[in-house]
Parts: sequence; structure tokens; C-alpha cells
Amino acid sequence: MEIGLHHFLVVGLVVFLCGVFTVLTRRNAIGILMGVELILNSANINYIAFSRYGGGGYDGQVFSVFVIMLAAAEAAIGLAIVLGIYRQFETIDVEATDTLRG
Amino acid sequence: MIYAALFYAIAGLTVLSALGVAFSTNIVYSAMALMGTLVGVSGLYVFLAADFVAVVQLLVYVGGILVLTLFAIMLTHQIAEVQVSNRSVGRLPALALVVVVGIAMGVALFRAPWHVEPLGASTPTTYGIGDSFLNQYLLPFELASVVLLTALVGAIVLSRKELRG
Repeated sequence: MEIGLHHFLVVGLVVFLCGVFTVLTRRNAIGILMGVELILNSANINYIAFSRYGGGGYDGQVFSVFVIMLAAAEAAIGLAIVLGIYRQFETIDVEATDTLRG
Repeated sequence: MIYAALFYAIAGLTVLSALGVAFSTNIVYSAMALMGTLVGVSGLYVFLAADFVAVVQLLVYVGGILVLTLFAIMLTHQIAEVQVSNRSVGRLPALALVVVVGIAMGVALFRAPWHVEPLGASTPTTYGIGDSFLNQYLLPFELASVVLLTALVGAIVLSRKELRG
């Protein structure tokens, strides 16, 4: 069977679902960030698959480079926030950080 | 059929590692599985004739983000202590939601009439991407450098120790 567009879309779909599951079930803040990375990667797979099979130049690849750039910024800021939370609360369990809960 | 076998091997690596990230109870194993996913996605980019993005993926994700994540895990030294399951959203409701969303997206994916053009030969993409960055996408490109600078300064400010005299 020829490797077509659908093969890549299915891989992207499975990676996306794994990312959503990770974000929903983790209590560890770093685990949630890893789920976000999975979701961004699945979006990138779709961008590049459509760019290849749609015959449309470089737009998809340029967008995926922007997504990778934003993921790097997000990881740096997110992990810095996680370290700050750890210094403040001595834990990175997201359910323990409920100071603002009324 | 070496091409197809190689594709299925790389896609299998990607999907199995993603499942490992989602279901592993140890955060360090999750991070290691995340490395498998990132390398596998980079291999998929090679299959899609996106050589530049594949290398950027390896450099930025595997060389940068993953190492940063491992640093954060080690610095917070709570490797297996945090409970995996979330109290407000348990594993079963999350699994049910994921299955429902997955079925909906899968049906849409196979029914949609995607516009597919015949594949051309794979050519080097770096020239075209650089050309796009400096012509059509010049403003987003410059904004991206501002965003990166802001993130750099913000990360330093957030993670340093308070030094007030």
C-alpha cells in the first residue's frame, strides 16, 4: 500500500490524542508541559504533511518552524514558572497550588 | 518495499513513544519516551521531504527543550512522588473524552475530500524557506526574534533567586 497523506494524518491524530490525555491526567506540572509538546508536534506533522501533499510551496514548513520557535519559548518560560512554584510551595503538584481558590 | 517498512517502523516508534509519555507513571520514563517521539517525528519530516525542519526539530526539541525538561525534573527532585492521576479529571473520564474526540476526528479525517496533488521530487528546502522568511514572512520573522528575546529575559527573571539590597 502506497504511503499517502492519510498515514501521516493518522500518526498526527494519535500523537495529538496522547498529548490531550497527558494534559488531562497529569498532576505533575512538568508532565503537563510534556503533553503540550506532544500536541504541538502533532500540529507540525499535519502542517508538513499538507505542505508536501498539497503541492503548496514552503508555507507549511515556514509555519512549522514558527511553531517550533514558540514551543521553545513556551518551554523556557513554563519550566521557569515551574521552578518558581517549586521554590514557593515545595511541590509541583498542580492541585497543591490553590492559593487563589476562594 | 523498504520505503514502506521504514515508514511503519518510524511511525510505530513515534506512536508507541507518545503512548509511553501518556501512560508512564514515572516522569523520567515519560521524558525518555518523549525523546523517542521527537526523534520519530523528525524521521517523519524526512519522509515528507522537509529536510530543514527535520534538522531544526532535532536541534531545538531533542537538543534544547528535552534537556531543559530533564533539568527541571532533576531540579525539582520529585521523580516518582507526585501522584499521576488527577483528582478533578480521573483517568477513565479522560480516556472516554479522548476516545470520543479521536473517533470524531478520525471520521472527519477519512471522509474529508483532501486536495492531493501528485508528488514532485524531493528537493532541498533550505533556500525556499530562507527566501520565504526574508520576503513574505519578514514581519513575523522579526516579531519571532522579539518574542524569543522576551522569553529569554522572562525566564531569567522568573528563575533567579531574589536579590534585593
